[in-house]
Amino acid sequence: MDNSINLSDDTLSKIDEVVPKYPEKRSAALMVIHLVQDELGAVDDASCEWIARRLELQPINIKELITFYPMLREKPWGRKHVRVCRTLPCALRGSYGTCKTFEKKLGVKEGHVSEDGEYSLEFMECLADCGQGPVVIVDEKTYENIDGKTAEKFADLLIDGKLDESDDFNSYEDSLTQGTKN
Amino acid sequence: MSVSTPKERRIILKHADDPNYSNRIGCYLREGGYGNLKKAFSMQPEEVGEEVLKSGVRGRGGAGFPAGMKWKFLDRKSGKPIYLICNADESEPGTFKDRQIMYKDPHQLIEGMMITAFAIGAKQAFIYIRAEFHEGARILERAISEAKKAGFCGNKILDSEYSCDLVVHRGAGAYICGEETGLIESLEGKRPNPRIKPPYFPAVLGLYQCPTIVNNVETLCNVRHIIEMGGEEFSKIGKPNNTGTRIWCVSGQVMKPGYYEFECGSLTLGQLIFDICGGLRPGRSLKAVIPGGSSAKVLRADERFSGTLKDGTEFDWGLEDIPLDFDGPMAAGSMSGSGGIIVMDDTVDIVEAMANVNAFYAHESCGQCTPCREGSLWMRKISQRMCSGGAREEDADLLLSVAKQIEGRTICAFGEAAAWPTQSFVTKFKDDFIRKATDSPKERDPKSLQLI
Ligand SMILES: Cc1cc2nc3c(=O)[nH]c(=O)nc-3n(C[C@H](O)[C@H](O)[C@H](O)COP(=O)(O)O)c2cc1C
Ligand code: SF4
Ligand code: FES
Repeated sequence: MDNSINLSDDTLSKIDEVVPKYPEKRSAALMVIHLVQDELGAVDDASCEWIARRLELQPINIKELITFYPMLREKPWGRKHVRVCRTLPCALRGSYGTCKTFEKKLGVKEGHVSEDGEYSLEFMECLADCGQGPVVIVDEKTYENIDGKTAEKFADLLIDGKLDESDDFNSYEDSLTQGTKN
Repeated sequence: MSVSTPKERRIILKHADDPNYSNRIGCYLREGGYGNLKKAFSMQPEEVGEEVLKSGVRGRGGAGFPAGMKWKFLDRKSGKPIYLICNADESEPGTFKDRQIMYKDPHQLIEGMMITAFAIGAKQAFIYIRAEFHEGARILERAISEAKKAGFCGNKILDSEYSCDLVVHRGAGAYICGEETGLIESLEGKRPNPRIKPPYFPAVLGLYQCPTIVNNVETLCNVRHIIEMGGEEFSKIGKPNNTGTRIWCVSGQVMKPGYYEFECGSLTLGQLIFDICGGLRPGRSLKAVIPGGSSAKVLRADERFSGTLKDGTEFDWGLEDIPLDFDGPMAAGSMSGSGGIIVMDDTVDIVEAMANVNAFYAHESCGQCTPCREGSLWMRKISQRMCSGGAREEDADLLLSVAKQIEGRTICAFGEAAAWPTQSFVTKFKDDFIRKATDSPKERDPKSLQLI
């Protein structure tokens, strides 16, 4: 198949693996879109066409998904994407303050990408971790109890590229592999 | 802690926070894992279904429909393949229990699903997981491949003639994918527009118009324990019509929010909030509680609830007396829904709290039905205006009239989920809504957090 959108062999082989798992090809649409978006950051018109061809669909069948689902993108987020939960349980623990701190520190308005493309910020609906709100997801890692004040230090570490090595913030995912209770 | 407060009884979350337990198959096998799959495979599929029916287990996804009964509705005469779907969308605000199961004990879910698949004769099974659970999907994928290698899933399970593949499917951030027919559309690769029902429920016409069972993560895990104990024994946990345990997810303004698993009906809402969760912050008092995820009607702290229960007993409860099971919150005019309990203390601006919830529903409506799409949008706009200095005395009634025009006029239950919060907030806290218009202070009380 014409690989006009430049996907890595790894992504292509993952796509080849995922499509036959479904009784009908169309069912694989979301999973293929995720794979493409994971690599390219967004699903533009050319990608829509490519995915449609791969699944024997019309481009509109892919486009209508991209434009519906909140996590699917026509344009990429920043290189570091920060999600803050907005919904009531997190708001009751200060998430509006969290979002404001990030806006200030990262120099980007909620829903936007910074001019240099480094950061983007999203004020999202419930992330299903409401007991430990405010909840923040950076790329694919989930951090808990990040209120407006805590977010200052968090953002500083993020900007310095030291978040991963910091002992102050352990993600939900990392605390699992270490077998610790959380 | 007061003397009478019961202890947690962890069945589903037994190993969730054990430091000597991981999400790998070795730990699961060490604790007797997949023994119940073997037990189920020594039975006839119908017998497995009978045990689940006897157990009385009700769905943990929100509606509380008895699982055994749902399985009975499967159309087996059509000759079409049967599908099983695990609803792992966990999208109801305030709910975070399925996350704990999938991240910390995924094999429990897989065993429950393969027993269920065997019982209903499923050709293929899916786990529909919300996309924000990036690592959760990877954990499940790895667990499934471990289970396949050991012969518990996939081809010729336990060397029998029965095969069933299990596929992890990721959503993409839309709440409506939690509604089972929206989920099915999404799994078919379409926009998740829910389907009209009745007449056809998924058990008759589901995925690819084939008979399909959709169950919640926690429900499917319970199946494994039902087989272990037997339906009869399981039904002795909890109370009649409210069997088994439930995982209550407490969020908001309590000292120790978190997930707590209790026998159904073994404690009251007051015990959960004040004893188990350590109560409120010093100097605060209780204002309101949403007992079953944000779609459930809010309860006011000083409300009285009285009436007659299904079994004929009369009740007269304060909020703290409401028994935590399926029927208790229902008798109090709300619901236990997904088990998400959201607690608000007296610093909360109740109009802002409602505006927050309204913003959620306006964002998440799929847009198919005009009353839901437009109504949820208007409720958001009105409540947002009220919170930004433009409140009018007649707004309370205006909100009620919009909510009323949604309820009962939509394709799916999202319509009610969007209307109920507004209806209950406005009716029960009318004074707060009027005050917003008449004498709202210009400055925010520094203790009161911004909610919109
Ligand atoms: C708007 C809406 C959202 C829902 N979200 C979820 C969800 O996130 N997870 C879930 O298990 N059920 C959810 N449900 C309920 C499902 O439609 C369905 O009843 C449930 O998955 C059935 O499983 P159970 O019988 O095991 O509870 C939702 C329902 C509605 C109307
Ligand atoms: S009630 Fe709302 S969410 Fe449900 S189908 Fe109609 S528009 Fe969509
Ligand atoms: S409300 Fe923030 S995670 Fe649920």
